[in-house]
Amino acid sequence: MDFELSGEQQMLRDNVARLMKERYDFETRKAYQKEPAGFSDSLWREYAELGLLGAPFAEEDGGYGGGAVETMIVMEEFGKALALEPYLETVVLCGALIRHAASAEQRADLIGRIAAGDLRLSFAQMEPQSGYDLSDVGVTARRDGDAFVLDGAKGLVINGDSAGGLIVSARVAGGRRDRKGVGLFLVDGEAPGVSRRGYPTQDARRAAEISFANVRVEPQNVLGSPEDGAPAIERAVDETIAALSAEAVGAMSEALAMTVEYLKTRKQFGVTIGSFQALQHRASDMVVALEQARSMMFFATMSAGEDDADERAKAISAAKVQIGRSAKFIGEQAVQMHGGIAMTYEYKVGHLFKRLTMIDAAYGDADLHVRRLGDRGSLFV
Amino acid sequence: MDLQPSEDELAFRNEVRAFVRASLPASIREKSVAGRRLAKDDYVRWTRILAEKGWSVPHWPVEWGGTGWGPVKQSIFLDEVQRGNAPEAIAFGVSMVGPVIYTFGSQAQKERFLPRIADLSDWWCQGFSEPGAGSDLASLRTSARRDGDSWVISGQKTWTTMAQYADWIFVLARTNPQGKKQEGISFFLVDMKTPGVTVRPIQTIDGGHEVNEVFFDDVRVPLDAIVGEENKGWDYAKFLLTNERNGIARVGISKARLDRVRELAAISVYGSGPKMDDPFFRAKLASVEVELKALEMTQMRVISNLRKDGRPDPASSVLKIKGSEIQQATTELLMEVVGPYVLPYEDPEALTNEPPAGPDWAGPAAPNYFNYRKVTIYGGSNEIQRGIIAKAILGL
Repeated sequence: MDFELSGEQQMLRDNVARLMKERYDFETRKAYQKEPAGFSDSLWREYAELGLLGAPFAEEDGGYGGGAVETMIVMEEFGKALALEPYLETVVLCGALIRHAASAEQRADLIGRIAAGDLRLSFAQMEPQSGYDLSDVGVTARRDGDAFVLDGAKGLVINGDSAGGLIVSARVAGGRRDRKGVGLFLVDGEAPGVSRRGYPTQDARRAAEISFANVRVEPQNVLGSPEDGAPAIERAVDETIAALSAEAVGAMSEALAMTVEYLKTRKQFGVTIGSFQALQHRASDMVVALEQARSMMFFATMSAGEDDADERAKAISAAKVQIGRSAKFIGEQAVQMHGGIAMTYEYKVGHLFKRLTMIDAAYGDADLHVRRLGDRGSLFV
Repeated sequence: MDLQPSEDELAFRNEVRAFVRASLPASIREKSVAGRRLAKDDYVRWTRILAEKGWSVPHWPVEWGGTGWGPVKQSIFLDEVQRGNAPEAIAFGVSMVGPVIYTFGSQAQKERFLPRIADLSDWWCQGFSEPGAGSDLASLRTSARRDGDSWVISGQKTWTTMAQYADWIFVLARTNPQGKKQEGISFFLVDMKTPGVTVRPIQTIDGGHEVNEVFFDDVRVPLDAIVGEENKGWDYAKFLLTNERNGIARVGISKARLDRVRELAAISVYGSGPKMDDPFFRAKLASVEVELKALEMTQMRVISNLRKDGRPDPASSVLKIKGSEIQQATTELLMEVVGPYVLPYEDPEALTNEPPAGPDWAGPAAPNYFNYRKVTIYGGSNEIQRGIIAKAILGL
């Protein structure tokens, strides 16, 4: 095992960190949030120029040949800055769906456009009733000759209001919760029959409720087997959770750094509050929680490429548990130790806390994953 | 960055695992798995098996019996020995006084003591803590005064683990009462058979006899009983305590205990069925496994990032805090697995053949839970560790 970054990886980290430092201070972020899509369109172009948007794709598909480690590096820096752009949705999540389900022809087309910054995608997967069950799919895909016709409603589609394209999970066969019979369909965001209601989220992003009425999907826009999309969906979500772990670690480390800085400068009773042992010990517990989370970020990253679906699911659930618990502790304590200032909307720590809270809620919270893990058996072989 | 274990690491792990399986006597293994106390002879027997293989003091310099393994291999070795339910090395010799002797001792001390530590011919114990000097160790009051060609040691040590088995004790004693309290301390090697040394057992809350008080009543030792320089003992003690924290995460021990939890949870039936069928219990078990997996990764990160200057890495405080909490959590899980039959008390010192009330695997659960409250207290209490993190990592 080797935790040291290679020269190229170090350069990637430095580049992203520099860009975030120069272009993503918290005041600027507020302006990005007010843009129509809820994030910075011009920064998205810069990500493309830096090669971030093609990072995790194979070179023969038009990417730059990186992998889970490169995604981890980017996401950790994004997490510190609370970056708003839909990198996770487009590059990580939809990117994984494309890598695992799409044909070579589809990959060449889509990945090239993603890497160039010309196509942003969201995954329309959840539904109002589905909760975190990836197999619970009520949107239907009816065969019509070679094509399919989609009907039904999706919810909580992150950045779904501004995405150029949507990858939609829809049921071709079977009952509502059957793992079999679900396909992946690529739909233009502006296609006839698609209606999108966008709204802001707790963590300053945007999401959409999207309904599909008689939306026609031509055969070239069906990704993989229309009856057996589950393995690709599960794998893509596992990879997304690994990337989310890195974003969470970035946000946690920023929250801790801000808290420690505050402890060293804020004075009460004539001394810096960091001289109080009660607060020192709590800050030390935050260090422990962060290091445990960082370790599970590495574990998730190393497991993201695991082909054995059961082993991968165990590892990812384990990481999600640790990330969720550490995030809750660090987020809450960062607010508590800052005191009143952290309660204000204008101060960054509260927003780190809110993002961390929503990360725990995404793709199943710590309690859900600990139950899953408990049902799957030991982590230790 | 390569997050997969290398072929070499995997092969080494398999080699150690196979060796432990083949070489650990079944009687010792069974006691260990059951959570029952090992006898002195069990430790000696296993150490001799390791010594024959050349593995009894892997981290020592090669000239004194070490293996030359790097820190990663040492950690894999420790993990596999622990997971395989082999007895732990007696840390007081191999991890504490041994390194002090080969680093600061005279050639004569090295030749005399190191080979006998390596094969456990000499059992060592640690004379540091005193009734008035716990976390604040430097305030110790045991004294040593020069008298002709002897040192004369007087005072009292406490919490001396397994002193009842010990042949030798290393002692911190004050040789200069002037100046800063850290600066007048020296490090002595004392034969337990020296007149004036008295061991008195302390019974702990689990009922067992593990720790002792050791009294020094004008104990006369030769001048060469001192290690290194007079009044430099505090430096050696700090060096030693750094070594004590290596391996403090005890990941392999917790893995072995979770193996036991799973084994018993499958057969322990009370209420509606085997404990393992209870989803709430499974979730609690999974929670501990997650923490342990994270700790294992944290330990690997610390090892791969070992400081070149040899100073203690404050991250080892993270390992101590989390490792101790997880060890305690595993003992709690075992209590829950056993269920109502945690109640009967077996006197560990009693000499009886009477079978225990309840299943024979039930007896050790509660005593081990009680006993393991010690792990967040010893080796620098977890509060001391939090103070180290606050100062050394956060700069508070």
